Amino acid sequence: MSTTTTASPTEAKSWGGGKSPFNAEYGKVMMWYFLMSDAFTFGAFLISYGTVRFSTNGWPDPNAVFKSFPFAPEGVNAPLVFVSVMTFILIVSSVTMVLAVQAGKNMDKQGVVRNMILTIIGGIAFLSCQAWEWNHLFHEGAWWGANPFLNADGTASSTNFTNFFFTITGFHGFHVFSGVVINIIMLIMTLMDKFEQRGHYLMIEKAGLYWHFVDLVWVFVFTIFYLL
Amino acid sequence: MSHSHGTPAEQHAAVIAEIKKVTIILSVLTIVELIIGFAMIGMTSDFLRLAAKGTIVILMMAKAFYIVAYFMHLKHEVKNLIMTIVVPLALFIWFIIAFLADGNSYKNLRNKYDRHYQEQATIKVEKKEHGAKHEGTHEVKPADAHEAPASH
Repeated sequence: MSTTTTASPTEAKSWGGGKSPFNAEYGKVMMWYFLMSDAFTFGAFLISYGTVRFSTNGWPDPNAVFKSFPFAPEGVNAPLVFVSVMTFILIVSSVTMVLAVQAGKNMDKQGVVRNMILTIIGGIAFLSCQAWEWNHLFHEGAWWGANPFLNADGTASSTNFTNFFFTITGFHGFHVFSGVVINIIMLIMTLMDKFEQRGHYLMIEKAGLYWHFVDLVWVFVFTIFYLL
Repeated sequence: MSHSHGTPAEQHAAVIAEIKKVTIILSVLTIVELIIGFAMIGMTSDFLRLAAKGTIVILMMAKAFYIVAYFMHLKHEVKNLIMTIVVPLALFIWFIIAFLADGNSYKNLRNKYDRHYQEQATIKVEKKEHGAKHEGTHEVKPADAHEAPASH
């Protein structure tokens, strides 16, 4: 942020005391380390999915499973359509989050409020889409421990597919939900002028990191479950 | 904001331009992924399917890079901070190779030594009727012996 740092200090000097070696506040550094540990949690889920899929002879075809969308006529066959919408909702809400962080850096309260509201709407829209999809799959007979979908080659499938699907998208959805709650708290704090009083909007930046991470995880979940 | 100089207004404009650029890149990458995904429907060649999946994984990594580097701003952080985050994540390289190879090996060993298991994977079954869901454990049958009397 500061434009006064002209000479880049050597490694020894940056750790010599008197300045922030990472040039970042404590909370932000800790948010990064939390996100790193969360990445390992999601990574463990996705790798176990991959391991089970690699160790199984057959696997359901995602295009045959995820092929409907809200208000679709019965028996519609539209693979990838609905999940594309979900993906774009999350990307757009990530963009509005960046804009909110940027507005915060400029101490632009109106910009923060506007973009936080848009981000929250995006998050709620995504959760609604996921709720619809879960409900739809449940009514098709899919749930933890129940898999009505045959393998792509027409052989009998195990319940691994639905177990992993509901566990991983559920865990991700829980993160989205937490992110929406955090964003709502940030919006309320902005409206109460908390950050104006503090003189900075660094909290928005930390909430933003979390929200981008949720988007990042969806990039992986979307690709691995729906495309591969 | 080490990546831009000038007045705050100019810096702001530069950041907004960067956000726009990254948004367009992410959208294009997603659209290309989806095009490949649609192209894969009905694709029968194993080689082409593998190539398509490999391309999708590369595009996925590119998207992850753009989100982390620009939206999460990691590219503009101090190098030491970047390293403390990225270096531990390198463990994933080993995780992915080791676990997927292990899964694959387990499948091959099982197919080799458990003939029954392997036969199950060749027997086609009828898709269950819709309706009357979640009423019993018999709704969904795993690949068990009762499913396929032909194997006895």
